[in-house]
Amino acid sequence: MMRLERRPQPSEAWSWATPILAVVLTMIVGGILFVFLGKDPILAIRTIFWDPLFGSFASYTRPQLLVKAGPLILIAIGLSLGFRAGIWNIGAEGQYIMGAVTGAAVGLAFYPSEARWLVFPLMIVAGAIGGAFWAWIPGILKVRFGTNEILVSLMLVYVAENILAYAALGPLKNPEGMGFPGSRNLARWDTTANPELIAGTGMHWGVAFAFIAVIAAYVLLSRHTLGFAIRVTGASPRAAAFSGVDPKRLVILAMLISGALAGLAGIFEVTGPAGQISIDFGVGYGFTAIIVAFLGRLHPIGILLAGLLLALTYIGGEMAQLQLGLPAAAIQLFQGMLLFFLLALDVLTNFRPRFGADAAA
Amino acid sequence: MQRRTLLAATGAAAALCATLGAPLHAQDDPLTVGFIYVGPVGDGGWTYQHDQGRLEVEEHFGDAVETIYQENVPEGADAARAITQMVLAGADLIFTTSFGYMDATAEVAEQFPDVKFEHATGYIRGDNLATYDSRFYEGRAVEGLIAGHLTESNRIGYIGSFPIPEVIQGINSSFLHAQEVNPDVEMVVVWAYTWFDPAKEADAAQALIEQGVDVILQHTDSTAPQAAAEQAGNVYTFGQASDMAAFKPMPRVASIIDDWGPYYIERVQAVMDGTWEPTGTWGGMSDGHVVIGEITDAVPAEVKAEAEEMIDAISSGEYHPFTGPINKQDGSVWLEEGEVATDEQLLGMDFFVEGLTGDIPS
Repeated sequence: MMRLERRPQPSEAWSWATPILAVVLTMIVGGILFVFLGKDPILAIRTIFWDPLFGSFASYTRPQLLVKAGPLILIAIGLSLGFRAGIWNIGAEGQYIMGAVTGAAVGLAFYPSEARWLVFPLMIVAGAIGGAFWAWIPGILKVRFGTNEILVSLMLVYVAENILAYAALGPLKNPEGMGFPGSRNLARWDTTANPELIAGTGMHWGVAFAFIAVIAAYVLLSRHTLGFAIRVTGASPRAAAFSGVDPKRLVILAMLISGALAGLAGIFEVTGPAGQISIDFGVGYGFTAIIVAFLGRLHPIGILLAGLLLALTYIGGEMAQLQLGLPAAAIQLFQGMLLFFLLALDVLTNFRPRFGADAAA
Repeated sequence: MQRRTLLAATGAAAALCATLGAPLHAQDDPLTVGFIYVGPVGDGGWTYQHDQGRLEVEEHFGDAVETIYQENVPEGADAARAITQMVLAGADLIFTTSFGYMDATAEVAEQFPDVKFEHATGYIRGDNLATYDSRFYEGRAVEGLIAGHLTESNRIGYIGSFPIPEVIQGINSSFLHAQEVNPDVEMVVVWAYTWFDPAKEADAAQALIEQGVDVILQHTDSTAPQAAAEQAGNVYTFGQASDMAAFKPMPRVASIIDDWGPYYIERVQAVMDGTWEPTGTWGGMSDGHVVIGEITDAVPAEVKAEAEEMIDAISSGEYHPFTGPINKQDGSVWLEEGEVATDEQLLGMDFFVEGLTGDIPS
């Protein structure tokens, strides 16, 4: 018989070991899955985890890792600040979309201006505001009326998706697009393009902002009073109240920051890799970022690594599809497994497994 | 130069595959042909048919070609990467099989002038970028004729994907020919804004059925509308892109089958012979690119005979589905009596014909 015994304190060692263990278990079970699909598991795992970094096309795929990881990290950093304080913003996808739509709308309003020095920064600010506003709604509703921010932020994702579709079909539609929905290509218009900062690195402004966000969050959590307020609220809301933390202010702040970062990810994506506002602009970065935040233990450095790891499974997964003929669904299953194992193993952080009949009374 | 080392590297990877029991190469230098798909190969419609074409290429050329594909590639940021990776994996000829890949294909084609690209249903061509499409409106004319006869409620439903010329041609063509045999017919168009999304397609079909529609045409790729019609019982449908034979004889009474195999084989051969040109191909029934699947017994014999007559007339070039007089929705004259629409007119079609209700979203 095995029983679980609550640890007096969450185990520091396990909290770092479980993500690694989850990756290893995913590789093993995923490998078994690939065997059943008639593929060589070692080759498949190698293609997913090794080839994007060191394979023959690594000069192309390595930069792509940053392109894919950038928005994930940027969003996850914002989410982690709230999550640490028990503020659950699940609607980052919606804030990401609203950031992109707001920013793109501002940019397109200036078409065909050539004043990049003015338009591009304005778009970035508009993107951050758009995302922050979308996150502020569930925040203010929670503070004023006690609504559940999980539910409200999630539902606002669907509203955002409809606003996106409306924008792509209506106000932002490319007048020269032969009737096909979607805005002008922002990445191909010099004023609004968000190209690679150094050619061949994949490093665009969004990736740069993601790195800045990692450092800022690290400093914030370790040095700043807001970071202290977040940490102490997460540990014990009662203690936080006694130490003078205003929980309402904290909710609003956490929502605004996470929304703004998601909005930034959106505007950098729409001006760079995606290029245009289209109906299927939202590819789920906002939801995947939740996985990234938890996989990274809500710690800035952890999130950086987790974002890169998830990007790796995306890029490697595409390569495995192409080179080994693995079905797309098998790759999605593989990514799902990663979160599943992480959550399952999380039990070890808070509980100690005891073996034997009646180890504890 | 870089490409050569890349090719050598792929060769090594392939050799590795071969030793592990996945025979990719049997000959020294097969032509690698890549396909980018918008849906899963098992969608039973559009992507399935392209994949059938890929398999025909494999069968026809045997060891002389190697085919690779990637399915479920989103029409957006990820498309350019998927195409680039395919080039890096050694593809010599790449077919991108959805309208939304147009910008991405053009972008990648510029970067790799030695690789040949073919984009389905688009309008951008380049030195190494060809386009190809089929005259689906020819098949739509036959569907419209059958639908006009079959409907009892005089309401035909049409699930549109995106309001682009190709889709509008299909709506106009089917409506014109339904109206010809049934002047009281009405057509209800709903826009799904997707090529493949079974849930949305099922919702659209359900919404149409609730509005009293008893024949449904679709320009989306899944069989979900067929399933919805089957459940409703008395609603007729047509297979789209693929035969969708599983729903025979009811609700699926006929189908438009896209047969890409002959075109793919022709183009692969052209690359091998060094005669490949960045052409714009628009094949129809006469080329065998558009085929009408079996018309089932749920269709009365005289209607079936009439449909077959039309198929023959279109195939022989004797009849063009857009032959005047045809007015636009606003009543203005589009084609005079006996005038036949030019390809340019069709490729830019952005209006409904007279008698259709509702607006094209713009």
